[in-house]
Amino acid sequence: MLELSHISKTFNPGTINEKKALTGVDLKMEDGDFATIVGSNGAGKSTLFNAIAGTFIADEGRIELDGEDITFEKEHVRSRYIGRLFQDPLMGTAPHMTIEENLSVAYLRAADPGKSFFARIAQDFSRISAKERAKFRERLSLLDMGLEDRMESPVGLLSGGQRQALTLLMATIVTPKILLLDEHTAALDPSAAAKVLKITRDIVKERSITCLMVTHNMNQALELGNRTLMMDGGRIVLDIGGEERRGMSVSDLLSRFAQNAGQSLDNDRILLSTEENV
Amino acid sequence: MGFFTIGIIQTAVEVGLIYALVTMSLFISFSILDICDLSTDGCYTLGCAVGAVVTMAGHPVLAIFLAMLAGMCSGFVTATLQTRFGVQSILAGIIVNTGLYTVNLAVMGFSSNVSIFGQDTVFAAFRKLSSAGWWTDYSRTILLAGIVGLVCVLLYRFLGTRLGLSIRATGDSMAMVKASSIDPAFTITTGLCLSNALTGLAGCLIGQYNKTSDINLGTGMVTIALASLIIGQTLFGRGGMKLRILGVIVGSVLYRLIMAAALRLNVPTEAFKLVSALIVAIAISAPQVKNMALFSMKKSSALHGSSVRKGDKNA
Repeated sequence: MLELSHISKTFNPGTINEKKALTGVDLKMEDGDFATIVGSNGAGKSTLFNAIAGTFIADEGRIELDGEDITFEKEHVRSRYIGRLFQDPLMGTAPHMTIEENLSVAYLRAADPGKSFFARIAQDFSRISAKERAKFRERLSLLDMGLEDRMESPVGLLSGGQRQALTLLMATIVTPKILLLDEHTAALDPSAAAKVLKITRDIVKERSITCLMVTHNMNQALELGNRTLMMDGGRIVLDIGGEERRGMSVSDLLSRFAQNAGQSLDNDRILLSTEENV
Repeated sequence: MGFFTIGIIQTAVEVGLIYALVTMSLFISFSILDICDLSTDGCYTLGCAVGAVVTMAGHPVLAIFLAMLAGMCSGFVTATLQTRFGVQSILAGIIVNTGLYTVNLAVMGFSSNVSIFGQDTVFAAFRKLSSAGWWTDYSRTILLAGIVGLVCVLLYRFLGTRLGLSIRATGDSMAMVKASSIDPAFTITTGLCLSNALTGLAGCLIGQYNKTSDINLGTGMVTIALASLIIGQTLFGRGGMKLRILGVIVGSVLYRLIMAAALRLNVPTEAFKLVSALIVAIAISAPQVKNMALFSMKKSSALHGSSVRKGDKNA
């Protein structure tokens, strides 16, 4: 369970460029919750993700994950149980390393942090085992992209869709407690986006991963997962789930947003994409 | 063999092998970690100074390990400055390099050079293993080739371990490293310690090789190592690790051979730095010049080809 209480973040405080990116955000995600997040540019969606992932420490508030206070934990420590995907498919992988090597680095998250000093040294100097290789191969075959036969190829040679699928696999090779998806299909062509989305759905469902997904596609926001959050001006202005969400149409959602935020959604990208059917 | 004598080639290969260790150091910091570590000059002298002093005390083998340890410490300081205190990597290297000048003087007892003539060196000890004529001639080359070969194999094996892969990933994609629960500060520190230990090793070997240590020994070493690195990269490409490591060695030896050729062509020693700078510039620009040549060839043939086709249509 992820619980954010009263998270605030202000950039460039005290200067002319001061920007209140998050103001007192409260959010509770139950285990297995899958929430989509929509909001205009600058609403604070990515900032919220950065706060959860630990890219920066929030000015105020508290973050708890499974009852543990992680507010001041460093990014690389949190990444042991928080998986994250970015919009840019080039960000999550190392281009000059092979698929196998990339997976192996991602698999470091499986390491037991409580081990003794010498056990950790031994682990640091161990190599990819045949058993791990078999596991990587099996996982890659689930992507249905033929990557399992290209384990020795550098990741830089893969297409954007393939790289994003691989990043997803890497983020979930050790099941994370929470998965953050920041418009991870937005930079892909439609067929690759559909494919990566399907893989996302399958993995999240199969292992019932708690998941937050930013999207600009209103249909997606209502169809995927079990909750829809809308953000505006650094706040979560709408949080719909259950019965209420099931019967909702995109125009219902937009009018609810206008009601709560006191203004209509001003994101062209969102308005344009409401017509799409994904 | 009119131009080169065996002796010239042998010396070039031997010094090239020692330089290969510095190039390997830059290979780790510059190519793998993507960090400009400019402390190489000072660190090389540090290795030489520490090595010379310990050799003077009669422990040539221990000197090698202590020189590596000294290099490691220098790398640790450079790494700590950039990972913990936010100093830019280039600045961190320059700061450490400046500080090392005094440290090096202090190690040598505040004199600008130390001579270890008459002392036992690892080369002398190795030569004593046999009295055969060829052994006396080539034992130095064999020892250096053995050391460099061992370092290469160990480095290659290391880069395939989890820690090695994490270091490679740090230079390749910082976002991915952070997402994989790896602390980049730790991998950068480990990488720079390793890389500077190799520089220290090279410094110690050159000191025992020349039987002297000089405060200005390391000046320009970064440029030389960079030149060798680029020569290797131009020849062997950026493919597999094995090839890249091989490129490091070939590049360094080739660099020394080019310098030996310059010497044979009676280039005055004062002009050597200029020659090395030229070699670097040529080696770095070679791939681009090749591309430009290919492009203009393609362009001229395409223009020629289309004009012929046009002519056909008109006919």
